[in-house]
Amino acid sequence: MTTRTKMILGRMAQALPVVAGVIVISFVLTRALPGDPAAYFAGPAADEASIAEIREALGLDKPLIQQFFFYVGDLLRGDLGTALSTGQPVMADLAARLPASLELTLVALLLSCAVAIPLGVLAATRPGTWVDHLCRVLVTAGVSMPTFFTGIVLIYIFYYLAGIAPSPLGRLDFIYLPPPHVTGFYLIDAALAGDWSTWVGALKQLILPACTLALFTLAPIARMTRAAMLSALSSDFIRTARAAGLGQRKVLYGYAFRNALLPVITTLGMVFSFTLGANVLVEKVFAWPGIGSYAVEALVVSDYAAMQGFVFAMALLFVCLNLIIDIAYALIDPRIGLS
Amino acid sequence: MGTSSRRDFLKMSGGVMGAAVLPFLKAIPASAASSEVLVAVTGQTINSLDLHRTGTNRASYQVAVNCYDRLVSFGTKAAPGGGLSYDYSVIEPELAESWTISDDGLTMTFKLKPNATFWDGTKVTAEDVKWSYDRAVSVGGFPTVQMKAGGLERPDQFVAVDEETFVITLDRPSKLTLPDLAVPVPFIINSAVAKANATDEDPWAMEYLHTTPAGSGAYKVAMWQQGQQLVYERNDAWVGGPLPAFQRVILREVPSPATRRALIERGDVQMSFNIPNKDASELDAMDGVEVYSTPIENCIHCLCPNFEFEPFQDANVRKALAYAIPYEAIFQAAAYGRGAPMWGGDAEMNDIAWPRKSPYMTDMDKAKEHMAMSGFADGFEVPLSISLGLADWMEPTALLLQEAFAQIGIKTEIDKIPGANWRTAALVDKRLPLHLENFGGWLNTPDYYFFWAYKKGHLFNSSNYLNEEIETLVDDTLHIAMDDPAYAPNIKRMFEIAFEDLPRIPLWQPALNVAMNGATDYEFWFHRQLDIRPIKTASA
Amino acid sequence: MADASLQTGKNTTLAHIAYVLKDNPVTLVAFAMLAFFLGCAFFGPALVPYDPLATNAENALQPPSWAHWFGTDNLGRDVFSRVIVATRLDLTISVAAVALSFVIGSILGSIAGYWGGWLDAVLNRFLDTIMAFPLFVLAMGVVAALGNTVENIIYATAIINIPFYARLVRAEVNIRRNAGFAQAAKLAGNSDLRVLAVHIFPNALPPMMVQVSLNLGWAILNAAGLSFIGLGVRPPTPEWGIMVAEGANFIVSGEWWLAVFPGLWLMLAVFTFNLLGDGLRDMVDPRKRT
Repeated sequence: MTTRTKMILGRMAQALPVVAGVIVISFVLTRALPGDPAAYFAGPAADEASIAEIREALGLDKPLIQQFFFYVGDLLRGDLGTALSTGQPVMADLAARLPASLELTLVALLLSCAVAIPLGVLAATRPGTWVDHLCRVLVTAGVSMPTFFTGIVLIYIFYYLAGIAPSPLGRLDFIYLPPPHVTGFYLIDAALAGDWSTWVGALKQLILPACTLALFTLAPIARMTRAAMLSALSSDFIRTARAAGLGQRKVLYGYAFRNALLPVITTLGMVFSFTLGANVLVEKVFAWPGIGSYAVEALVVSDYAAMQGFVFAMALLFVCLNLIIDIAYALIDPRIGLS
Repeated sequence: MGTSSRRDFLKMSGGVMGAAVLPFLKAIPASAASSEVLVAVTGQTINSLDLHRTGTNRASYQVAVNCYDRLVSFGTKAAPGGGLSYDYSVIEPELAESWTISDDGLTMTFKLKPNATFWDGTKVTAEDVKWSYDRAVSVGGFPTVQMKAGGLERPDQFVAVDEETFVITLDRPSKLTLPDLAVPVPFIINSAVAKANATDEDPWAMEYLHTTPAGSGAYKVAMWQQGQQLVYERNDAWVGGPLPAFQRVILREVPSPATRRALIERGDVQMSFNIPNKDASELDAMDGVEVYSTPIENCIHCLCPNFEFEPFQDANVRKALAYAIPYEAIFQAAAYGRGAPMWGGDAEMNDIAWPRKSPYMTDMDKAKEHMAMSGFADGFEVPLSISLGLADWMEPTALLLQEAFAQIGIKTEIDKIPGANWRTAALVDKRLPLHLENFGGWLNTPDYYFFWAYKKGHLFNSSNYLNEEIETLVDDTLHIAMDDPAYAPNIKRMFEIAFEDLPRIPLWQPALNVAMNGATDYEFWFHRQLDIRPIKTASA
Repeated sequence: MADASLQTGKNTTLAHIAYVLKDNPVTLVAFAMLAFFLGCAFFGPALVPYDPLATNAENALQPPSWAHWFGTDNLGRDVFSRVIVATRLDLTISVAAVALSFVIGSILGSIAGYWGGWLDAVLNRFLDTIMAFPLFVLAMGVVAALGNTVENIIYATAIINIPFYARLVRAEVNIRRNAGFAQAAKLAGNSDLRVLAVHIFPNALPPMMVQVSLNLGWAILNAAGLSFIGLGVRPPTPEWGIMVAEGANFIVSGEWWLAVFPGLWLMLAVFTFNLLGDGLRDMVDPRKRT
């Protein structure tokens, strides 16, 4: 076993108690929600008997401990239960909605990186100047706006007033059919199917919500890039490289930036998982059928299975993401030496 | 992804955007406004295609309406707020060609239309009707309760005599039975398809029909993406009524009301169902957008003082509340004048029209007088509960109530309760001392309303009200015909008691608002869901 | 590194702050804005022209004018008065939430970092568990479960912030628990608790200050998000988030002032805290001291 496999296995072992903890806490939290899902889902004119029937059908008449073991048992068999609010198996719901959220978040992060990293580098090469201050003010302004507010303002300006954005109707305008399901990412699926008009349609729907989220994520990425670049630029090896007469570009991008990437990637990971959880609000504004809006609906009606499934999926994703970051670390860090 | 490929990706998307955005935008509204396709938006989500299933929400009832047929349906009349409305007093055939009722009112015999077929081409038989009715009374929950309201309780009441003859036997005659056959619940399912997909654990094919309707209705479901859209496709072989105008109807779910408003205003969709009162009043004033605001029959927004809360056991306190309410301000601020006022009516009962204006109106002096006469002259504190899901009208109402009640010494704190908890707290446990409530009865008679909202222990009697005379009056009146000599006096007496005891203080009769931009002939239904069958393009 | 900072004299610190402020106009502006918001929080309720709760149905939805600078809302309440009065509540929520997570996070982090061992392992797994939750959804769940009162919004915001502080403190304490000055203090007869609280913990303060100011802004946004979902403070209490969330529905119909002014105020407040973070970091960054 190589050191790297060992490291990965060790990481995975560390993740186990986290997943267990998430399962317990999410179970307790959902059961602590006020309200009686049986009464809610029994319908508008249900009597005592039919509510009791539903309670039994949902297994809610059993003691909590027993319910918990049933839940864990189902989980081990890969069954997340059925969401009452959507009427679908939670697994199917998540499978349908997670790609929507991931696609939105990833596009937003790409957009954000494309703006924030150059800004951060720019600020770091001219610390203390007006360029630096302007960068700081700009990205800070972005992170200071509540995302749902930004979203509605963007819709108002670009869709309602200017008419250059498509109607904010979810992932695809109704004139398109969704591309054949391969990955669930419309951009990828449409590209695979060679259906470029759908691809463009999906991209157009993505732009406003992705911009909304990107505005919110500029600050941490730009800030971290600036800080990392500053510390890289003031370190000994850069001084040595400069002294050795290497060109400014070479020093900046070849040495300093490569070293600065490490903390930036860590930040990216954190920003990604944070954004995925926080785009709840953006999804609501843009009618985006993602898991964030799913969780809100489930929470409001005390839909236990949906809530638990959502939290479980997010926790798994978080754990995997950390794993990926660790591997990425190993790939980028010159000290581990891949080349 | 490396930096270079990321840059390529962005470059590419930039190029495509520049070239494609403008021509496409012109194309979208044009294609959406085609006479074959209707695009509608709603804020609610459909969670099942089978109304009988446990947990099916209200928005999903429209599938039962549009995709399935019932034996009978209601007629159509001009609605009070403009546009069309269903007509409770006229029962029309849908799948039944004709029917007869025995003189004792206990046996109803239906003849089915001989040419009625399901989507798969098989004939609709009395056996299908029986299976569907058996299902509705057997599955429990809401469908069974609703069937019971019309005296339909057990499978042995339903007999398929031959292929086209179906007989219902009742335990007692009731004026509610025939209308109850026209509500969305007793829809006719293709029993052969359903049975083929039933299992031992699931004899009623709940899992199958949940996602795959099998009916004979005007529209089939072409696509259902839960949480996003439902696409209806017309069934050209429909015999239940005149063939609908639209070949295809796309119903998109858009949770944000602001987004829905922008869509209908810009004409990107032709219909926005159930819009907020404010949007209704403003869109109404706009060219191009047509707004239908139909007062919802048999529905009243009420303030309910709970009899379990000590001060509200005092009749003077309840009357003080009724006189302190700033009715007009609430009607304007919360309903934007949409609907019908329910205050300032005649004290004398000359007719039995329903919903009826209460004899109370805003009169602070009288309110103070009643407070002074009550056992709680110094005032008291009480939480005023509202539902988070209905905050759009409940919150402004509550804020104005709070201000007004403070003037008579009743200090309120507004308590917003989330959806799941609201039902439990308000209707099941009935533990909210003072709250807003919006019950509306499907079957449009006052006694039906009283049955649900004024009888002790019944779901919508969230005030824990008990009056022996009301109990007997409702039981005596519920099933007798409306032209029965005892009917009108009984109803009048109920009104008198209700306005004297005030377990529910009427505020206003709400309206269901629908905006259309490019479509017409919307028809209001008591189930308050979208019936797409009568809708036509405006240009045609 | 920052170990030396405590020994620095008071005068030099002040001089350094003055230097940073002069050197960095943005930080100067941030401090001025902070002073403004604090002023609003303390004196706002006494100064506003209207009662922020008084409704006036005839005067609903009026655009901004000399009488109503920020216009009126759907119940005729003065938006300007509500925005200013809300400052106190919003600052209270964010300060209380951050203070709570600061204290709890510091205690947990210090214990784990100083004593290590199984305590450290357990705490780390616990923090990982909280971090593995989608944080905003966790906050929503807590508020939904406990009820939507101001206290519960504070608790929820505090809970999701605790891991950041605990981690920070743990790291700072951990690298210093065997440092020379800590050993010396112990040899001088100080108890573990005293060494931890007086000698080691203060070293974690500078980086935490930065975190605090960022979190203050984040806490306001968090409360606003909760309001948007409908889990915010109870009406009719004025609060920026709830005003923006409710006003957002009026933007398309043309009553932009309902959302824009509270939104602007909220943004400015968060902006102030975020900029303060950068300024504070510059103040405590030893590389800037020379």
